[in-house]
Amino acid sequence: MSASTTNLTGPTGPKPKSGVTVASFFVYGTLFIMALYYLAPLYVMITTSLKTMPEIRQGDVFALPRDITFQPWFDAWRSENTGAVSRGLSDGFWNSVTITIPSVILSISIASVNGYALANWPFKGATVFFTILIFGAFIPYQLMLYPIVILLKNIGLYGDLGGLIIVHTIFGMPILTLLFRNYFSTLPSELFSAARIDGAGFWGIFFRVMLPMSVPIVVVAVILQITGIWNDFLFGVVYARSETWPMTVQLNNIVNSTFGEKEYNVNMAATILTGLVPLTVYLVSGKLFVRGIAAGAVKG
Amino acid sequence: MNIENPSVSIKQLDLSFGAVNVLNGLNLDIAEGEFLVLLGSSGCGKSTLLNCIAGLLEPTDGQIHIKGKNVTWAEPSERGIGMVFQSYALYPQMTVRGNLSFGLKNARVPKPEIEKRVARAAEVLQIEALLDRKPAALSGGQRQRVAIGRALVRDVDVFLFDEPLSNLDAKLRADLRVELKRLHNQLQNTMIYVTHDQVEAMTLANRIAIMKDGNIMQLGTPDEIYNQPQNLYVADFIGSPSMNFLNGTLENGTFACRDLTLPMSGYAFAAPQVADDAAVIGIRPEHIITGELVAGAPVKTQVLIDLVEPMGSDTLVYAQVDGKPFRIRMDGQARVAMGETLDIGIDPARASLFDQNTEARL
Repeated sequence: MSASTTNLTGPTGPKPKSGVTVASFFVYGTLFIMALYYLAPLYVMITTSLKTMPEIRQGDVFALPRDITFQPWFDAWRSENTGAVSRGLSDGFWNSVTITIPSVILSISIASVNGYALANWPFKGATVFFTILIFGAFIPYQLMLYPIVILLKNIGLYGDLGGLIIVHTIFGMPILTLLFRNYFSTLPSELFSAARIDGAGFWGIFFRVMLPMSVPIVVVAVILQITGIWNDFLFGVVYARSETWPMTVQLNNIVNSTFGEKEYNVNMAATILTGLVPLTVYLVSGKLFVRGIAAGAVKG
Repeated sequence: MNIENPSVSIKQLDLSFGAVNVLNGLNLDIAEGEFLVLLGSSGCGKSTLLNCIAGLLEPTDGQIHIKGKNVTWAEPSERGIGMVFQSYALYPQMTVRGNLSFGLKNARVPKPEIEKRVARAAEVLQIEALLDRKPAALSGGQRQRVAIGRALVRDVDVFLFDEPLSNLDAKLRADLRVELKRLHNQLQNTMIYVTHDQVEAMTLANRIAIMKDGNIMQLGTPDEIYNQPQNLYVADFIGSPSMNFLNGTLENGTFACRDLTLPMSGYAFAAPQVADDAAVIGIRPEHIITGELVAGAPVKTQVLIDLVEPMGSDTLVYAQVDGKPFRIRMDGQARVAMGETLDIGIDPARASLFDQNTEARL
């Protein structure tokens, strides 16, 4: 190697970064406009919920609130104008919690075992069973609404939170089973073989080998189920009584109340309150989700 | 070869997936303490056979005996086997200690005994320092050692290896190969080892079973497989670069093709009487005599050098004989160049002669 430095001509070293081009201007411009478009409703909802009714009546939806008030939020949480029944969102909130938590736990527990059995323990008629289960995912809910009403009446759970929990658990089964089966099928089959040679049985392999590796898919299932069940309106309105209405049904009653003046600020606050749970789940689990995927990506 | 009290005995084993027969009436006896290698190209049924022995696959017909007990219907964990997989198959959420003790915990072995066995296995495999790490924090070689350890702690009679070194880089593979051989010498367990790497097979095995399409083409010691291949397939499969084959005829104990006439007087025929017929002769590149020794060779000829591949330790020369490619392995110090003619000698006694129709050794 010679230490002499000769002057090189032509392109040398890193390629210079180009500045703002027409293409990048259009890309960022479009993205900015789209972002505004999607954020505008949220902005209107938050500002309106902090305004007083006289201020709202002036009609400028995009104006910032002059006298910020949190009264609409309190009213939404515990107001007296939920249709004919005097109750606020708070009861609906606790109903939704009581429905969602057991439904999520129950449906994921059963579906994960289903998926594991279908993926790793081929039994006679497994494909037929799986096909029937998947077929269930394509049947419109409306078809089953009334039969389930009769079913729940017969077992005495119609209008009960327990009935709703059962309905949500059953309706979550096809998609969740598919999710878990597909995930377990991607895990190396040698791992399963190794556990069998190590003398672990059906449950031993499930709890000690498979489940610890399933954090990412469990997180996905939890997000799916919490948002799905929390946002459900149809089952809530059909299978619950006024005392057991979930939050979504209560929200509908507030917003669609036909008595007196439309309280836009309360409506906005109530809507944000109802959407807060799925929103929090996304924000919190987003991080967990990424971490779960990263942890699962390390091959053992 | 009849084996008394075989450690593993496979009797008339059939396995088919639907219409595809993977194993056909396979019989195999493996002696106590033997290191048997199942060798073959992919799809030959070697891994399938190993999975049948392990109990991970159910045979369509036939029996498997381990230590004189018919285990055909037994669970994998009841067969007294340990298995090491190509992808290591370590439990990623458990530490190395957890991986090693998982099988023992399932078997409800008392805690002090588990600790004793894990410590012993860790010592044998030199992984004591890694016991509290997770598999993700280990290198490939360390992971495979842990996988071997998992089989080791279970105190089994038979070890099954499914291409355990295939995922490692070349240098590590050579190191671990030597370690495996040492481990076998130390433990004296029966080991059944599946591979497609003939170097692993030749170096590790007491006996090699070469498989093709679910049948064993030849079962013998590495020496037998290399020097007396029983058919064309085995002759072609073993050896790198592979054997040179020339088509010709055998007449009155002399093999003749267009370019060469080889008197087979020194050759040990498989049968005392051999009929004159079309035949194939196989000559290993390393058995071709070059340099000063050519003068004393039984048969001499000249070839034109097509291509030279210097590999350091030896040099490969490509030429043509009888219109077919002909490979010659020379000393690494030989100075030869493309386009030169090379004097070579052939010793028919070291060649292999096959029937052209049945492809069996003559």
